[in-house]
Amino acid sequence: MKFTFFIEGENFSKAGTASSEVKKILKQLNVDPKIIKRTVVSLYEAEVNVVAHAFEGNMNVEIFPDKIVVRIEDKGPGIPDIDKAMEKGFSTATPKVREMGFGAGMGLPNIKKNSDEMNISSKVNVGTKLEIVNYLK
Amino acid sequence: MEKAHFYHALKVVEEVCIGCTHCMNVCPTSAIRVKNGIADINKNACVDCGECLNSCPVNAIIVEQDDFSQIFHYKQRVALLPTVLLGQFPDDISEKQIYSVILELGFTHVYEVDETADILTEVTKTYMQKHHQERPFISSFCPAIVRLIQVKFPALVEHIIHLKPVIDISAIFYREKLKNEGFSDDEVGIFYVTPCAAKIAAVKSPVGEDKSFIDGVINMDFIYNKVLLSIKQNKSKELKYELNKHISRRSIGWTLTNGEASQYSGRCLAIDEIHNVIEVLEKLENEEITDVDFIELRACDHSCAGGVLTTENRFLAIERLRKRADWYHRNKPIILEKKEIEEYRPYLLENISIKSIEPRSILSLDTDMMEAMKKMEKINRILKVLPSIDCGACGAPRCQALAEDVVQGKAKMTQCVFLQKMLTKEGLITPQESFDISENTWGVKRFEKKNINDH
Repeated sequence: MKFTFFIEGENFSKAGTASSEVKKILKQLNVDPKIIKRTVVSLYEAEVNVVAHAFEGNMNVEIFPDKIVVRIEDKGPGIPDIDKAMEKGFSTATPKVREMGFGAGMGLPNIKKNSDEMNISSKVNVGTKLEIVNYLK
Repeated sequence: MEKAHFYHALKVVEEVCIGCTHCMNVCPTSAIRVKNGIADINKNACVDCGECLNSCPVNAIIVEQDDFSQIFHYKQRVALLPTVLLGQFPDDISEKQIYSVILELGFTHVYEVDETADILTEVTKTYMQKHHQERPFISSFCPAIVRLIQVKFPALVEHIIHLKPVIDISAIFYREKLKNEGFSDDEVGIFYVTPCAAKIAAVKSPVGEDKSFIDGVINMDFIYNKVLLSIKQNKSKELKYELNKHISRRSIGWTLTNGEASQYSGRCLAIDEIHNVIEVLEKLENEEITDVDFIELRACDHSCAGGVLTTENRFLAIERLRKRADWYHRNKPIILEKKEIEEYRPYLLENISIKSIEPRSILSLDTDMMEAMKKMEKINRILKVLPSIDCGACGAPRCQALAEDVVQGKAKMTQCVFLQKMLTKEGLITPQESFDISENTWGVKRFEKKNINDH
């Protein structure tokens, strides 16, 4: 089963809409609440990343009987040094974003913590592709 | 699953219900459908919040209560009162008068349930230190909220504090006290005067307990009427009640918004009204709200002062309760005599925990994930042909709800009036068939010929 959600860049008031939709779907599919929680937390972080850094993006969700695969692709500045971005507390967020309670530099590490597999690739000035896989059983 | 069958205090009086869909549209768990022109409540989904009762224009939804005369089955008859009861009466009626009338009605003891809030606050503090990994803590105070979390937010069940609410602590305290005074267990009857439907459901089908500690429930509006009637008719000859107690500010404010959240250190939130609560629970579940220590959640607007069985305007009631708290604080600032409840502290602490609270999601389409996926695909296909205006004319609150009902075999797609018109136009069903479907949803009466000139 496939679903696609659009993510609008720089609109924090809508951040979380896509991950909430995925949550609803997983609840209907009778997925273990603990797995739902992990998945939704990682998707929410990824969604906020797109809102905070990119111009726009898509969240493509594919649900298989044994796993959920989510690809988040954005058009944006990209990440020059992914290893650095994976460090806890590293953040490029502007003071304005931090004021809103985002940008503590926990994004990618938190996604990794809450997913079973995580793949990330990025091209500077093009965009970032993030793949999150969580097993449902 | 804790029990196959859940007791609900909210009942639809079929003779009165006009099948108007008001309740169906406001139900926060989409538990209501209109069938045969009458509202039908799904017992698995209902959380007894009372939104339906508030929205009903003809008072067809009632709160079922126990027969009052049953109190006389017991030698010792204890009335457990919610503190909000005292806020219902005009200022010229005294606390002493109210208590006296309640005794005259046949009770042998009166006790305000929130008096045990002091003990619970203390135990909750230790509990939160001990189980710090379960942050944020959600209060177990409001039974409608506990049920809401069970059915809609199963991932949050483990955050509910596994301690008894004050109503149960007070009940076990008073029972034990009377047993120590020489009465046997079956001589003691404990009755709770309730400001809402959810507390009744909590007594009749408790969550996290094998059995309830309360023998019966009496609706607060019933007591309100009895007290006012007796006072207006000057029936009370003498005031039976001796006012010799101290109720703390904490106890009097306990059931009002922020009554609990104001007691604990750290980041504490207090949220009232069920839609506000749902909004916060969604965010909590996504971990959009983090770093919160304690959350007080109440289903009614302005907490228990807004309960469906209250009679006074909630703002006036709250003001009176605040005044009452101030009075106790000013006039009896120090508790002179040792409170009786202190002797029972060890006993209460021993019995204060509750067992596990099981999630029972109403959202999953099927226990088997493959089946659930098939059903979801079907629902999405059905939704494409439904008009998505959520008119409710099919007897379900939203197009989404009808699609789910169809897939679960609880409804037919042709209940949709838009589809009916399309099918009739294309000659796939006859006008008579279309009419019959509508009659099934809305009842025969609704379609009886009415002459406009008669009105």
